[in-house]
Amino acid sequence: MNLLEVKDLSVRIEDKIIVENLSFELGPSDRLSILGPNGAGKTMLLKALLRLVSYSGKIVWDPSARIGYVPQKVDTDRHVPLTYRDLFNSKCRVAKLATAQIDEISQSVGLTREMLATPVGHLSGGYFQRGLIGFALIGNPNVLLLDEPTASIDEPGEENIYELIHRLQDQYQLAVITVSHDLSFVYRYATRVLCLNKRSVCFGTPREALTPEVLAELYGPSLSYYHHDHEHTVAR
Amino acid sequence: MTAPALYSIVLVLLTALAAGLVGTFALMKRMSLAGDVISHIALPGLGIALLLHFNPLIGAAATLLIGTILIWRLQQGRTLTTDVAIGVIFTAALAIGTLVTPSEDLIEALFGGFQNLTLLWFLLGVIGVLGVITFIATFRHQLILALFSPELAAATGVNVARLDLYYLLVFSLTVLLGLRFLGALLVGALIIIPAATGRQLTHTLTAFLIASSAASVLSVAIGFLINYYYSHLTLGSVTLNLSLGPAIISVATVLFLLSLLRRKI
Repeated sequence: MNLLEVKDLSVRIEDKIIVENLSFELGPSDRLSILGPNGAGKTMLLKALLRLVSYSGKIVWDPSARIGYVPQKVDTDRHVPLTYRDLFNSKCRVAKLATAQIDEISQSVGLTREMLATPVGHLSGGYFQRGLIGFALIGNPNVLLLDEPTASIDEPGEENIYELIHRLQDQYQLAVITVSHDLSFVYRYATRVLCLNKRSVCFGTPREALTPEVLAELYGPSLSYYHHDHEHTVAR
Repeated sequence: MTAPALYSIVLVLLTALAAGLVGTFALMKRMSLAGDVISHIALPGLGIALLLHFNPLIGAAATLLIGTILIWRLQQGRTLTTDVAIGVIFTAALAIGTLVTPSEDLIEALFGGFQNLTLLWFLLGVIGVLGVITFIATFRHQLILALFSPELAAATGVNVARLDLYYLLVFSLTVLLGLRFLGALLVGALIIIPAATGRQLTHTLTAFLIASSAASVLSVAIGFLINYYYSHLTLGSVTLNLSLGPAIISVATVLFLLSLLRRKI
C-alpha cells in the first residue's frame, strides 16, 4: 500500500497555473526531496498535500497517515508573548491530545525548559525552527512535511537541523517530504527526489533522476555540479 | 445608591473585564485600528434609532453586525487592501452617523455617559459579558494558534476564517456592551488601551490577560469615581467636563503612560 498517491494534480491561484498535471507515488518509509527553482510551485504542492489550498486531480493518503507540517516561514511579532510551551499546549488542546508528550518532544528537538518559556520572537533562528519541528511532531505523526527547513537559519546552523530531521526520521519512524535547495542533503538523506518546475521534471532516486540535463533545466546552464563519493554540492 | 445605578456600575465593571480579555487578542492580532473602526460603525445605527425613536442599542447592534461581516469579508478577500477599506468605512460611518444623529443626542452618542439600567437590560448585559468570557475561555487555544500562524492553525484543524468571524462578532458584542457608557468614539479605546498597558507590563500570556483585564477594570473604576465626584471640575477660570467616557479613557491612557516606566513582570 502506498503512503501517498498523487495523480494529475493541478493547483491554480486566481487563474494562474502553479502546479500542473503532477503524478507520483510514495511508499511508507520513503524520504522525498522536492527540488525546483523559486516559483516552481514547491510550497503550493505541500499546501495541496495538506489540503490547505484547492486543487484538481487526486491526492490519496493512506488512512493511517498522520501528517506533521513545518512551514517555510512564520512571521513572528517580537511583542507577542507566546512561548513554544503555550503553542504546544494549545495544539494539544485543539487536537484533543495529551499534554504529557510536550516534554519528551521538546527534548527530542533540543529545546530546553528555559527555551520553552521564552517568547518565540526572542529565540534564535535555529531554535525557532526546532520549535516548529517540535510543533509538527505533536500528535504522533508518521509523515513530516518540511518546507525549506533551513531557509531562515544562518549557514552554521544548517547541518544541525538536517541532522536533527534525519535523527527524528529514525526515532519516530517517519516518512519525510522536504522542500530543499540543498543537493548534499538530497543525496545524503532522500530515497526519492521530485524535480518540479510547475510540471514534474524528474522523479526517482537521486542518482537516477538528477542528471546534469535535469539540473540545467531546473537551475539554468550556469550551474556547476560537483559529484564526489562522499560529498555532493551545487554551486552557481 | 439606587438599584438601577448599582446595575450600571456592576455591568460597566464586568464589561471592562470582558474588554481586557478581548483587547489582549486584538493587540496580538495587530487589529488595533480595525477595533477602533468597529466601534465607530455603531454610530450610524445609534443615530438612526434615535431619529426613529426606537432603542439606540438595537440600531447600534444592527449596524455593528453589518459592519463586522463587511470587515470580515474584506479581510478574507485579497482584492482590496484591508487598510484602505477600513479607512473608508471608518470615515463613512463617522460622517453618516453624525449626519443622522439628532444634535441634542450627538455628544452622548459619541462620548457616552452614565445611565441607570433596568433589571432587564442589566441581565441582558450580564449574559453578553458571560458570552464574551465563555468565547475567550473556549476558543483561546484556537486563537493562539491562528495568531501565531493561520497556516499551522489550519493544518491543525482550525477553521481560521470562521474563527476570525467569531472573534470579530465577540469584539462587536464587547463594543455594544460598553457603548452606552463610553460612546461610539471611545468604546474601542477601552478594548485597546488597557491591553497595550498589559502588554507593557508582562511577558507571559496569562499575565498579559490578567494585566489587561485589571487595567481595564481599574480604568473604569477610577473613571467612574472621577465622574461621580468631579463631573464638573473647575481649575481657575477653566471648567473641565469630566463625563464618564472621557474620564475612563483618560485614566486608561494615564495607566498606559505609567506602564511605560515599569519593568515587565
